[in-house]
Amino acid sequence: MGALQKKTKDTKSVDRLYKIFIYVAMITLAISIIIPVAWVFIASIKQSSEFYGDPWAMPKGFYWKNFIDAFQEAKMGGYLLNSVLVTGMGITMLLALALPAAYVLARFEFPFRKTIRTFVRAGLFINISYIVVPIFLMLLEWDNGLRGMGGAGFFLNNRFILALVYATNALPFTIHLLSSYFETIPFDFEEAAYIDGASLFKTMTSVIIPMARPSIVTVILFNFLSFWNEYILALTLMPGTKKTLPVGLMNLMAAERAATNYGMMYAGMVIVMLPTLILYIIVQKKLTQGMTAGGIKG
Amino acid sequence: MKVDRTKQKNIFAAICLAPALILLAVFLLYPTIEVFRMSLYNWGGFSNNKEFVGLSNFKILWDDMKFIEAFQNSILLIVVVTLVTLVLSILFAALLTREKLKGANFFRIIFYIPNILSIVVIAGIFSAIYNPTNGLLNSVFGMLNLESLQRLWLGDQSIVIYSVAGALIWQAIGYYMVMYMSSMASIPESFYEAASLEGAGRITQFFSITLPLVWNNIRTTLTFFIISTINLSFLLIQTMTGGGPDGSTNVFLFYMYNQAYTNSVYGYGMAIGVVVFLFSFLLSAIVNAVTKRDVLQY
Repeated sequence: MGALQKKTKDTKSVDRLYKIFIYVAMITLAISIIIPVAWVFIASIKQSSEFYGDPWAMPKGFYWKNFIDAFQEAKMGGYLLNSVLVTGMGITMLLALALPAAYVLARFEFPFRKTIRTFVRAGLFINISYIVVPIFLMLLEWDNGLRGMGGAGFFLNNRFILALVYATNALPFTIHLLSSYFETIPFDFEEAAYIDGASLFKTMTSVIIPMARPSIVTVILFNFLSFWNEYILALTLMPGTKKTLPVGLMNLMAAERAATNYGMMYAGMVIVMLPTLILYIIVQKKLTQGMTAGGIKG
Repeated sequence: MKVDRTKQKNIFAAICLAPALILLAVFLLYPTIEVFRMSLYNWGGFSNNKEFVGLSNFKILWDDMKFIEAFQNSILLIVVVTLVTLVLSILFAALLTREKLKGANFFRIIFYIPNILSIVVIAGIFSAIYNPTNGLLNSVFGMLNLESLQRLWLGDQSIVIYSVAGALIWQAIGYYMVMYMSSMASIPESFYEAASLEGAGRITQFFSITLPLVWNNIRTTLTFFIISTINLSFLLIQTMTGGGPDGSTNVFLFYMYNQAYTNSVYGYGMAIGVVVFLFSFLLSAIVNAVTKRDVLQY
């Protein structure tokens, strides 16, 4: 009897130690994420002179000039607009291209259907980092062709083209995700629409696509993050002044590290990450659910 | 009537698919073929002196010490990042799923944050952490009177690759954790109840129930680990270390991009791309074969 009591007591204290250990591990990892991110926000309102002392010191005041400098001197305002335009156009084009393609691939029987599905799926394995150079060369060649005919360059330094390349690059994964969703919708809806005399196009746009709203939200979220954060294509295909935020930030980081104007650099980092953080806080549940539905990240 | 309907459907399918397929062919398939084709040419980036050289780019690669260095660095990164991320993300996923923790949801939300940040911002954050004079890491060691642990995190050739690995691991843990959590959550509770009635402790339960049942999920993610480490290390090193100091963080795709871009030896750069592409496939296949187990059903 006594031994049994002692045993439960032992297990209890082991249990408590175990719980403490888990919390310590969890909190350590959480801190290693929260502190650096919060630190960037705090550093973004510090004056340059404050960067020489203790890195943990709180800022003496809100030094908003970092943000004004970032927007004006470092042109982050213009880059922000470019990022908004490229991301917006990219997502619009992606949906316009992927929704019809995913729909017919999931629901229709037609010649070469299997071949096309395999072709699209193979695209999942192509990583943009490998093909960025040939894409640049191809666009450069097209531009040179235009110049040869007496025109001006069009394909490089063009936000629309960059957005189109983003959309294309995202197609295999997006079509894969949307198709799997379309496959779960019963055929009855199409039959009913057909009996009502709706055209195939009308059935797709006003009956089936609205039903796919949850998966469309997932597609928008994931691609917003990847288009907004992308930089190797933006760096390569936009060698002129029309940069996107990550590329602008890269330049700012290189320049300000040399000039030790750290405040403006951290302000730039805040400008890049704030929109994604706000979006994440609003939709975090949908995002992590969608991730497990989709399975992979581009 | 019936034939008409089929024809109509085929035309509709063609219209829906054509734009996506054309773009995939132009911006994904063609550049991929170009990578393979260009690897057989000696080309300085000027269209006039393009010379077919067969496999000689690959022969040069064989003796290129810089490439061998990039190869070793990449392998080291893949191994370190994969092992550490895998162990930590499985551990945290198991703890968050199995133990009834207060604030489990809060931890899940925080752990995922690094995954939504631009890699350029991550490079900025880790430059602030690793800064030798007033960086966060060295100053934490200073506060704990552990000055002997202070390092030139990005300036010391022997440790810089691990510093980069740290950033990659920080970025990846939350993503894989969420993935494992969703597959762990689908394991029936009765399995654990039965095991604990038979006296199995937490650790036994983890190794005999949780791990075998999520094994397939882990296998799939191993391929992601390889591909994403190759890709992300390129993007991170481009912004964080520029391959330095003295080539100690030179990795596959960084070397490829620099050969093609900075040194304008496109053919040679593309040969590197081909080798990396084939290597990542081979590595995935090996990992797949080695980790093969009989899938447990439940």
